[in-house]
Amino acid sequence: MVTTEKLNLLAPGHRACPGCGAAIALRQILRVVGRETIVVSATGCVETFTSPYGQSAWEVPWMHSLFENSAAVASGVEAALEAKGEKANVVIISGDGGTFDIGMGAMSGMFERKHNITYICYDNEAYMNTGVQRSSATPYAATTTTSPAGKNSYGKMEFKKDVPAIALAHDVEYVATTSIAYPQDLMNKVKKAIGIKGPKYIQIHTPCCIGWGFDSSQTIAMGKLAAETGLVPLFEVEKGKQMVVRKIKNTKPIQEYLNKQNRFRHLAKEDKEKIMEKLQEICNDNVKRFGISE
Amino acid sequence: MSRTAVMEGSFAVAEAVKACRPEVIAAYPISPQTHIIEELSKYVADNELSSKYVRADSEFSAASIVYGSSGTGARSYTASSSQGLLLMTEVLYAMAGTRLPVVLTGVNRTVSAPITIQPDHQDTMALRDTGVIQIYVENIQEAYATHIQAFKLAEDHDILLPVMVCMDGWILTHTFEPVKIEEQELVDKFLPPFVPKYRLDPKNPLTYGSYGDDEVPEFRYMMHFAMEKAKTKIQLIAEEYKEIFGDYFGGLTEAYKCEDAEIILVAMGSVIGTIKETIDQLRSEGKKVGVLKVRTYRPFPAEEIFEIVKNAKIVAVIDKSISVGQGGQLATDIKAALINKKTPPLVYSCIAGMGGREVNINTVKYIINKSENSLITNQVPDIDYIEIKRQYLE
Amino acid sequence: MLTIGAVCEAGKSRLNKTGSWRDYYPEITAKCTGCGICELFCPDSSITIIDKKCIINYDYCKGCGICANECPKTAILMKEERK
Ligand SMILES: Cc1ncc(C[n+]2csc(CCOP(=O)(O)OP(=O)(O)O)c2C)c(N)n1
Ligand code: SF4
Ligand code: SF4
Ligand SMILES: [Mg+2]
Repeated sequence: MVTTEKLNLLAPGHRACPGCGAAIALRQILRVVGRETIVVSATGCVETFTSPYGQSAWEVPWMHSLFENSAAVASGVEAALEAKGEKANVVIISGDGGTFDIGMGAMSGMFERKHNITYICYDNEAYMNTGVQRSSATPYAATTTTSPAGKNSYGKMEFKKDVPAIALAHDVEYVATTSIAYPQDLMNKVKKAIGIKGPKYIQIHTPCCIGWGFDSSQTIAMGKLAAETGLVPLFEVEKGKQMVVRKIKNTKPIQEYLNKQNRFRHLAKEDKEKIMEKLQEICNDNVKRFGISE
Repeated sequence: MSRTAVMEGSFAVAEAVKACRPEVIAAYPISPQTHIIEELSKYVADNELSSKYVRADSEFSAASIVYGSSGTGARSYTASSSQGLLLMTEVLYAMAGTRLPVVLTGVNRTVSAPITIQPDHQDTMALRDTGVIQIYVENIQEAYATHIQAFKLAEDHDILLPVMVCMDGWILTHTFEPVKIEEQELVDKFLPPFVPKYRLDPKNPLTYGSYGDDEVPEFRYMMHFAMEKAKTKIQLIAEEYKEIFGDYFGGLTEAYKCEDAEIILVAMGSVIGTIKETIDQLRSEGKKVGVLKVRTYRPFPAEEIFEIVKNAKIVAVIDKSISVGQGGQLATDIKAALINKKTPPLVYSCIAGMGGREVNINTVKYIINKSENSLITNQVPDIDYIEIKRQYLE
Repeated sequence: MLTIGAVCEAGKSRLNKTGSWRDYYPEITAKCTGCGICELFCPDSSITIIDKKCIINYDYCKGCGICANECPKTAILMKEERK
């Protein structure tokens, strides 16, 4: 019997929804960071589904403290390791809410102090743990429980915050965006990041079937479409080097992506055509700005 | 050999912290805590102290940083005041709940609004329910000794709770006194390196900050139980300190001329010095007065307090803070300590010294005078705002 | 005994057999070449490749259907769970 041993550091039995994109992200991240790693997470779905008392799914040391402080807690972990002369990868895995919104200050501080930490944001584009409320990572026009469509609203009225650009503005060593739909891309980027000393930022697009409204079997398919339409550009910037962008042969129209998710269903109505066009424009801009087309 | 030098209170604290060899320090400046953390950063810059010193982006982050470092098995220290302590609140609850033995200095200053940098106890009072042990000190020498004791207490495996040394801002941090600085070798003997019970370590991967499915009441009870144990530990540690260094600063409380006292004042922090002076004067006039210093506020030494005040006729409690809509916090706790006892003394609650308003010998005499009157009329005001300027309120 | 500070051991989620959540189950057909793509995508660490075939751990598989959807050989079929 030949078992192809694959390092798996997320034990089964965790409580994520069936088809959870964030759980897939964890497995892929942990495979490359390995056992010599300490992970810090913010409050959110990942924290909740992996860590019931006495039933932890983590096979690496892991610490959760609060929603908005994972970057600061990790800074302390790294400082302690340094004080003791010990070595381990310090990796943060926090949600978009804990990164884009409430944890932004702590993350900025960690970047500025130049801690040797890889900050990974799993971006499921809303506050899922509390019931799908809008975050500043929620895409334009998506409905959430706090940005519902209505007479005066077409869903989220603002654009997604550009956190990779904010990370770059801190002059960090490495910034990348990736997606669970491209595991090799994801794992290569995480591997590269942990090999570089100093602060790093990786943003992983992690579709959420529950929050976005699609069938649990479509998680990866949805991630692929997000990239193929140009809505979610996948790139990396190593300090001092040219940006490298994952190219797409034939970009797909945004409609294909939108039609498959309940959060955009309201856009099918005729009077919302302009909004739909705006979304296509965002994709077109990305394709141009990042040079996505092959 | 120990040495004695005249120094500012903040520097004495920094000396004490240095002697404890923290592995990680994280802090954010706020008056009147600044001199402590500035001095510590100077030690690090001059290579007199080998701590990793993290200049945090806020007090919230500072507390979070020592949370992470303590969980990684490093002896960790921070300090703050007022708004900064309030900003730490959420972290301090989690820190105590996760049983991380961080030591912090709570430099007492009132809180906004209105904003002012004057001292009172409003800030640390807001943290009394966090699970952080609180010890209030009377003078600079006691502040020095208490910091060294605090690490030993926090890191004891029966305790494992954060310990906050509360000291009045300006009154203690920015005044000068001769301070006895202990020999490093003796401090090392008293306080060996931190041995964590658990820590983050790839060799033994543990999960910190788990989700409480059904065990929350039990975990809260365990914290309370550790607090109860701390009552004994604090006394043992104070005695051990005396054995090694020759000085004793009290454990949970200190009773001053209370044995035969009919009137006992109860207070915390630097005001105790003023009260003792007043008591000495009044004793020479033949008045039976004494003062009880509550040193350890959390855990609250209710039994010990009762034993000290049980034969008095009236207890006058001075709070330098107020729970708005209820009254003085210390007075409330003292009343609770006496409630189920037979023939307890009367309790007279005085709010004084808020926002840095002076509490001097005359203030104390006024309180004692009112206590005497209360004994004659057998009527105690519910709550008395001492030296409030009533003309402002009309 | 509860541990101090709710610190707990690694990997104990295995006590929670999430297989009971399942409405559909994946069935591996002869077409499977053991390429391992499904293993990388399974959110529930429920697939191992043994002797060039993927083996499902039904104790934990939640039946999400991702493996079936992503298999390049359509070697995995989702079947209704008879409960
Ligand atoms: C200070 C604070 N505010 C609010 C919350 C409630 N809360 C917990 S998780 C969460 C949302 C998490 O969103 P995100 O970071 O995107 O992670 P996700 O749940 O989507 O995985 C919120 C609002 C909290 N725990 N703490
Ligand atoms: S709500 Fe979404 S992110 Fe959260 S566990 Fe479920 S699928 Fe995963
Ligand atoms: S159905 Fe889902 S949980 Fe089950 S083995 Fe396939 S991918 Fe894993
Ligand atoms: Mg989210």
